[in-house]
Amino acid sequence: MSGRSVRALASALALVLGLTAPAHGQGFAGLGADAEGFSVPDPGRALRFPEDHGPHRRYRVEWWYLTANLTDAEGRDYGIQWTLFRSALAPEEREGWQNPQLWMGHAGLTTPDAHFHAERLARGGIGQAGVAADPFEAFIDDWSLTSLGIGDDAFDGLAVTATGAAFGYALDLRANGPLVRHGTDGYSVKSAAGQASHYYSQPFFEVSGTLFLPEGDVPVTGLGWLDREWSSQPLSDTQTGWDWVSLHFDTGEKLMGFRLRDRRAAPFTSATWIEPDGTATPFTDGALILTPLSETEVDGRPVPTRWRIELPEKSVDVRITAVNPRSWMAVSVPYWEGPVRITGSHGGRGYLEMTGYDAQ
Amino acid sequence: MRGVALTALLAHWRRRPGQLATLVIGLALATALWSAVQAINAEARASYDRASGRLGQGAYETLTDPSGSIALETFVSLRRAGWLVSPVLEGRMMAGEMRLLVTGVEVLTAPPGTLAVTPGGADDIDLVALISSPGLGFAAPETIDRLDGADRLPPLRPGALVPPGQMVTDIGTAERLLDRRGEITALVVLPDQPRNRAPLSAIAPNLVVNPAQQQGDMARLTNSFHLNLTAFGLLSFAVGLFIVHGAIGLAFEQRRATCRTLRALGLPARDLMGLLLVELLVLAVIAGGIGIVLGYAIAGALLPDVAATLHGLYGARVPGTLSFDPVWAVTGLAIAVAGAVIAAGQALWRVRTMPLLASAQPRAWATVSAVLLRRQAIAGAGLIAAGCATAWMAQGLIAGFALLAGLLLGAALMLPAGLATVLALGARAARTAEGQWFWADTRQQLPGLSLALMALLLALVANIGVSTMVGSFRLTFTGWLDQRLAAELYVTVADAGESARLETWLDSRADAVLPVITVDSPIEGAPGEVMGVADHGTYRDTWPLLTARDGAWDELAAGRATLINEQLARREGLAPGDPVRLAPGWTMPVAGIYSDYGNPMNQAMVSLDLLETRYPDRPRLSFGLRTDDPEALAEALRADFGLDAAAVVDQATIKRVSLEVFERTFTVTGTLNVLTLAVAGFAILTALLTLASLRLPQLAPAWALGITRKRLARLELMRSLALAAFTFIAAVPVGLALAWSLLAVVNVEAFGWRLPMHLFPMQWLVLLVLALAAAALATALPARHLARTAPADFLKVFSNER
Repeated sequence: MSGRSVRALASALALVLGLTAPAHGQGFAGLGADAEGFSVPDPGRALRFPEDHGPHRRYRVEWWYLTANLTDAEGRDYGIQWTLFRSALAPEEREGWQNPQLWMGHAGLTTPDAHFHAERLARGGIGQAGVAADPFEAFIDDWSLTSLGIGDDAFDGLAVTATGAAFGYALDLRANGPLVRHGTDGYSVKSAAGQASHYYSQPFFEVSGTLFLPEGDVPVTGLGWLDREWSSQPLSDTQTGWDWVSLHFDTGEKLMGFRLRDRRAAPFTSATWIEPDGTATPFTDGALILTPLSETEVDGRPVPTRWRIELPEKSVDVRITAVNPRSWMAVSVPYWEGPVRITGSHGGRGYLEMTGYDAQ
Repeated sequence: MRGVALTALLAHWRRRPGQLATLVIGLALATALWSAVQAINAEARASYDRASGRLGQGAYETLTDPSGSIALETFVSLRRAGWLVSPVLEGRMMAGEMRLLVTGVEVLTAPPGTLAVTPGGADDIDLVALISSPGLGFAAPETIDRLDGADRLPPLRPGALVPPGQMVTDIGTAERLLDRRGEITALVVLPDQPRNRAPLSAIAPNLVVNPAQQQGDMARLTNSFHLNLTAFGLLSFAVGLFIVHGAIGLAFEQRRATCRTLRALGLPARDLMGLLLVELLVLAVIAGGIGIVLGYAIAGALLPDVAATLHGLYGARVPGTLSFDPVWAVTGLAIAVAGAVIAAGQALWRVRTMPLLASAQPRAWATVSAVLLRRQAIAGAGLIAAGCATAWMAQGLIAGFALLAGLLLGAALMLPAGLATVLALGARAARTAEGQWFWADTRQQLPGLSLALMALLLALVANIGVSTMVGSFRLTFTGWLDQRLAAELYVTVADAGESARLETWLDSRADAVLPVITVDSPIEGAPGEVMGVADHGTYRDTWPLLTARDGAWDELAAGRATLINEQLARREGLAPGDPVRLAPGWTMPVAGIYSDYGNPMNQAMVSLDLLETRYPDRPRLSFGLRTDDPEALAEALRADFGLDAAAVVDQATIKRVSLEVFERTFTVTGTLNVLTLAVAGFAILTALLTLASLRLPQLAPAWALGITRKRLARLELMRSLALAAFTFIAAVPVGLALAWSLLAVVNVEAFGWRLPMHLFPMQWLVLLVLALAAAALATALPARHLARTAPADFLKVFSNER
């Protein structure tokens, strides 16, 4: 869930808040701070827990991003998304309305024939939204992602809940594997120019709980994936959007991969191969190949909802197909996010997110 | 053939440009007054919609606390319980010389469109600057001009849609400017709330839910005012149509010969009708176009006064500048065309039914049909009766206007019969042959003049009625101000600290210090305020009570009862002794009712101690001061105590400002009044001009019998004066009836107060002189023409040439 979210957040908040993505920052990579005093990702910085579960206020943007592939008793597919974005106007905290930290929550619930979504926005400093590292709690309004206090790590057990006008869900998440660091020990490069983020995941959740749908409550179980990422560096002007996948293969192996589309150059790709025991292998630009196969017109724009995904070094050659091609998040900055089924060299389930597909 | 026919018909206007001008001016004036009123109303209404739309009020439910303030924590608790609510902090601050309404919104949670301060929407607003320090403020360009140089304000950006006197900004900026940190005045409830949210009673039981429509208050409050304007616009339009009717009727009469010739040459009646209709439509569109331009100018000139009136009466903010709406222009044109068709209907019908071989002589007079006059009079009496019946049986402003309409139209219809009776009496009293001829000839002219005289009657009635109302209002209002503004100085302070300091400081310096606390509270469920006042002789001796129980002031001082304003008493039908709900869960008996002119809201007075017990955190921010030397005390308050100049106001200034507001309130009414009278004068002129040229056959025999032309002209003048005078005499009782309905029915419905009626005979005298002058002026031209008519023209009457 890497670059895609940087852009999703940056551009979403850009639209909501008129925040123009600052072009500087990237030139100062490695100097420790950009022109406005924000910290920039540092390849030498090791991840520390539980602190890194909490917010990094000296960085411009950050998110807690949960997706889950779920099925009910009849084997019907569902997907849920729960995301809390943080965006800072200044690298600090202040009391009350003067606080420069802004929060945005997205919740989605996808069924094979319906897609529900909701968005919440909040100012920091007043208690309407925020994240605490220990005991872990991330919340905005009545939505929350809270540690159950089991296991060694806060993410070993979580409870998540969100509601919209016509839907809601309440789920328990139990991790049966370790946290996974992407890139080099959690330092994930996002472009050939060197933009990067700190990025780790908990991809081993077993999920159970209830979906609240207009037709009634539905008990479900499935697999979940939580991404944590923070950075201060927006992408370059020529990068137009991303396609990102998190795939749970039936073998117990997992794959995170993304493709950053560029107006002037070939897409930049990156991937992490995750063994069932949590051993992660990062792949740099070019190793992963994502090829759109067919498009669906959603909200007046063509969006690829079937893909071929190849990672030759791991003998992966699969096709992913959207459970519901109309998994459109019509929020401040709209994007596509929904569950997919996997066929080909490997079978399984996963999540697809695509941003930057403009209306024609 | 049609082309030739059209040329023949149009040639008439070329020969009589004056008549063409009359027609066009009459229709243009009618359209102008009507359109002006429409434009003003539309502008004001649009401004209320904008104000309520942007604040998320009106369209949305809101939550408020009876104390006037909601804690930030309550907002957060509601959000965390799933309530989609958005905070608004609103208050007033002194910015330079201006009392600025600051509205703080929270853009991340606010309903869409909250920041649409410019017609283009919110897209180009720098939201980061808005929510960062020092923030941004959006205000109308005229407000920004007035705020030039005011300190403490954030950088200002023009927001054409923000009402004057208001600044929209971020809630964080607003709480700093208003010094109300962590406070919220209202929570806007968004539509599409999530499922399963906790009930309000479990999270914030003290909050009150205000239904969405309650915020349409401004539109509702001011509705009556706009209805008043509309009624005036309609009256002007009707008077204008009288002119058009006269001018078109004349043109058709004079073209009878042309029409007969055209028909005789083979032009079908339908084609002739069609051509006349086309001619009429073209004229109507031209006149309507002129009328719209005029109307726009009139509206533009009147709008600042209307805006001041609306602000003075209702506190509504309406910009003083007019925007142009094409729909309005098209509607104005349509009204002009419709009016022209209505006014020409009778004439067109006559052309259609005119027998081909009928005499082509223009008819100067129709037979004075006693039957017709009687029928008109009966219809008029019926209208008056119907108006009275409606007012008696139905309630509300519409019933009031039904009464007015019935009264005015009925009186107008009865006028010709009344005049005919008077003239018959005159003829009976006449001793000489000349005198008898004078009265008989005047009666003969009545049908031709009656429309113009009806217009004059309407204008006079409106004038008498409105000036009596305004005069009564002024007398009552001035007396009331004298009573109500008993304290010599009025002082406002910024906060509780300053308030305490002031009371100590004043202890030895003022004869009496009368603190007043005001709390906004839904009284009987409608917006209102509860005032806490000290127990002091100032109130007991001077406060203007309309009705009260014995010992009302003692009951008030003891905290056992309340005094309410007349508006509240009338709205809720309350009398002394009745219970009144001052706030949810707070009911008190009414001890008395006081008059409260100019206040649109419900208001109640309780003892200061009681209000301070109920609202302990309300500081005393307003004071009335009794002193023998207000000038010295005011100077000391400013110089020694250090209050702002604007924080100390003396009694005389408040009175002056109040009366200014009052005068401006009726400027609009006065202007429309004068315009209507002018239109009526114009109607008489056109009617007389119409008749003058046609009356030669009736005058020739009188001339042949030895009455000189000069004498004839003088008699013409006297005839006009007599008719105007009789019309005026008829107008006085009708005008007084109108004034009574305005004061006792319309005002009570519109504003909630009833005023005693005063009579102003001197004003009537002035009006009589004006009416006679208008009639004389209107007759001067035709009379002069008559005096100079060549004897040969009189002789021609007896030859075959006519």
